[in-house]
Amino acid sequence: MTAKKIGDVILDVRNISLSFGGVQALTDISFDVREHEVRAIIGPNGAGKSSMLNCINGVYTPQQGTISFKGQTFSHMDSHQVASMGIARTFQNLALFKGMSVIDNLMTGRNLRIRSNLLLQALRIGPAEREEIRHREFVEHIIDFLEIQAHRKTAVGQLPYGLQKRVDLGRALAMEPQVLLLDEPMAGMNLEEKQDMSRFVLDINDEFGTTVVLIEHDMGVVMDISDRVVVLDYGKKIGDGTPEEVRNNPAVISAYLGTTH
Amino acid sequence: MFYRENGQFKTSYRADQQIFPIAQDRWAVLALVAAAFVLVPMLASDYMFRAILIPFLIMALAALGVNVLVGYCGQISLGSGAFMAVGAYAAFNVYVRVPGMPLLLTLILGGLCASAFGILFGLPSLRVKGLYLAVATLAAQFFSDWMFLRIKWFTHDSPSGSVSVSGLQLAGFPIEDPISKYLLCLSVLVLLALMAKNLVRSAIGREWMAIRDMDVAAAVIGIRPMYAKLTAFAVSSFIVGVAGALWGFVYLGAWEPAAFSVDQSFRLLFMVIIGGMGAIMGCFFGAGFIVILPIALNQFLPVLGGVFGISISTAGIAHAELIIFGALIVWFLIVEPHGIARLWAVGKQKMRLWPFPH
Amino acid sequence: MAFFLETLLGGLMAGMLYSLVALGFVLIFKASGVFNFAQGAMVLFAALAMARLAEWIPMATGLESRLVANMAAFAIAAVIMFLVAWLIERLVLRHLVNQEGTTLLMATLGISYFLDGVGQTIFGSDIYKLDIGMPKEPIMAFETMFEGGILINKEDLYAALIAAVLVALLSVFFQKTATGRALRAVADDHQAAQSIGIPLNRIWVIVWCVAGITALVAGMIWGSKLGVQFSLTTVALRALPVVILGGLTSVPGAIIGGLIIGVGEKLSEVFLGPFVGGGIEIWFAYVLALGFLLFRPQGLFGEKIIDRV
Repeated sequence: MTAKKIGDVILDVRNISLSFGGVQALTDISFDVREHEVRAIIGPNGAGKSSMLNCINGVYTPQQGTISFKGQTFSHMDSHQVASMGIARTFQNLALFKGMSVIDNLMTGRNLRIRSNLLLQALRIGPAEREEIRHREFVEHIIDFLEIQAHRKTAVGQLPYGLQKRVDLGRALAMEPQVLLLDEPMAGMNLEEKQDMSRFVLDINDEFGTTVVLIEHDMGVVMDISDRVVVLDYGKKIGDGTPEEVRNNPAVISAYLGTTH
Repeated sequence: MFYRENGQFKTSYRADQQIFPIAQDRWAVLALVAAAFVLVPMLASDYMFRAILIPFLIMALAALGVNVLVGYCGQISLGSGAFMAVGAYAAFNVYVRVPGMPLLLTLILGGLCASAFGILFGLPSLRVKGLYLAVATLAAQFFSDWMFLRIKWFTHDSPSGSVSVSGLQLAGFPIEDPISKYLLCLSVLVLLALMAKNLVRSAIGREWMAIRDMDVAAAVIGIRPMYAKLTAFAVSSFIVGVAGALWGFVYLGAWEPAAFSVDQSFRLLFMVIIGGMGAIMGCFFGAGFIVILPIALNQFLPVLGGVFGISISTAGIAHAELIIFGALIVWFLIVEPHGIARLWAVGKQKMRLWPFPH
Repeated sequence: MAFFLETLLGGLMAGMLYSLVALGFVLIFKASGVFNFAQGAMVLFAALAMARLAEWIPMATGLESRLVANMAAFAIAAVIMFLVAWLIERLVLRHLVNQEGTTLLMATLGISYFLDGVGQTIFGSDIYKLDIGMPKEPIMAFETMFEGGILINKEDLYAALIAAVLVALLSVFFQKTATGRALRAVADDHQAAQSIGIPLNRIWVIVWCVAGITALVAGMIWGSKLGVQFSLTTVALRALPVVILGGLTSVPGAIIGGLIIGVGEKLSEVFLGPFVGGGIEIWFAYVLALGFLLFRPQGLFGEKIIDRV
């Protein structure tokens, strides 16, 4: 296996604290993500993993701390700005647009790059038509990659769960992101589906060089495909390092992995 | 077996993305439009034009506007009557204050004023949705009611409070008789429907539908909710405003603010619900239904009553209308929330397979 | 000053009538999250029922006493409203359980049209008198404090009293009885309530029945004051801003919101009206609600609306 070139720090999370009323969701979390790597965030349920992604994404605003992306530092992120800077994400509960077809869902991911204005779109002539076709071609590549060609015109709400998860991934890919945040992409999948999804994640990381930050519960998957792992528990960071280091960390073992059985 | 797509391959994305990908559909729609422009003027009576066709065309246009906002972008609006009113009164003011103003420009300006009004009263949609937004749009409705009732400038200081237009002409041709009025409305409808269809299948249409389906996720993939919602209000109000101007100029001739009351808003909403939210076809079904139902009831109910020996008064027919509307709204929302358009699409699906069951 | 107070009091009385209608909105929303656009139609339907029954009962039974006839009419109208509530739950709500708010809103809009049509078909569409023995003469109060005294409508006073009694009864119902407790549980969390065995469908029927009774009382008072006629449905449209102001989930909010709107409308009409050509009442309530929507959507007393990702 050729060694992957992992670059410099592209995303740097510093001292993030987040609370909702009386509930402290995250306490002083700091970690970094290097370009082209696969970084996993693990931890028991309620540890604050999704909240962490939500902070990076601009869905939640942390009370303290900063997030740096590509050298720029922010105390809170604006969703739209984050998206245009090159961070995309999938959701734990599938935030797909149920009323639209698979193609249309993926095409929404291209929205940031569509330039024609309202009037041109209404008349659908020349530049507007050509731009639409260009983006359609790009989206078709993603459809090929994710092997969902047969379902492209189906309304997403009618697809089985596993395929919906792929569409969610596809929509994030359509944004051509530099950093991809995956929130439990393999939740609810059987072994074969997990293998497929792992293959996709690794291919995305390999072929497109996309940095992947993923939240995942399946330890086998995490140990297999990640370069480095962050461990959270009750909103605090209790481990950070390669899968090997984390697996042998006593704090992580007692909190999360449990003793051998 | 008549509705097969066998042999219809698409070899380019352009072909795959066209409005009517199935050839039979294309021919059918072209034939229908041709018939509408050529056959109908030859065959229909004056009564048909005045009572059915012209109101149908204008209401379909208004429903188109409302559908863009409510059906595609998911922003509920109970104030469409106000947008029609703004369109009508703005067009009126342009028409009487600027001598020699071309009719089409008048209509467009009416639409643009309605658009501005729509954007203004659409601002609450950035903060609230659902019922709360409905209340905000009602504010637009009642404010507009008052504006055109009390502010003399809008009615050109008309003593009676009502306004009228006459002597309409388009590029030298007078628009006086039913046929020319019909053709004007038909042309405007076809043009705006085409543009609307283009919009909803483009990037902006996808933005609208994304906001409708899940606005939080939409923000995360880079869609600006503000831009999407306000453009929905702008485009929707433009179309509704043009429809309002046509309603006043072409259908009514003379009108007062009550012509665009909250009842009109409800009627438009019902058209969209029954016809099909989020479907351009739905506007035609809905408008047709709501324009024809009262007329059908008028003819049919007394006959039905006669069979049972009950005499039904005009008031009784009006009440029956309310009952049937109400029942149908509820029925559609329970059984087929996507309206007649969905039933139509399902029917076509079955036709593609016929005579096979699946 | 006396004039100001008179206008103020008049506004308070009018506002109280709005509050009565708004109460029905709040009750249903609290318990089922449904916004009942049909509340106005229910007020009209109930008022029509009672007015016509009060006419028909003496004719059918030869009763002499107006009071007994009215009471019988009220009782029968209440039963009719129970039936309406049960039918609405059975035929409409049950089938729309998991739909989103806008769908339910439009369904209640459909129900309101349906009720209007049915009500007028059964009971007729003229203007009907509803005489429940309310005194019509005004009284002059505070004659010692203000020159000539302040004009107070006795009818309005009685109406205020009835409304207060109704609110008190409702409070007792919600706080002290087991059903009331169950209603509050359902309002808080449907699923949790279901999981402890509260029968959701039955609760909703009860809530709509209570709202129906509220509609009946409101209709009775409005009808006595203005006569029972179709324009009563527009009253409901006026009551919408009340719940926005007060908060959709707050019973005291409905009362206070109604009073604020009533007073605001009257005062603005009298004091601001002449500057803008009059007719401010048409939009005052709504524009005030609009202001609240932009800055404080949950109203004065409502709960903050939270969206979970």
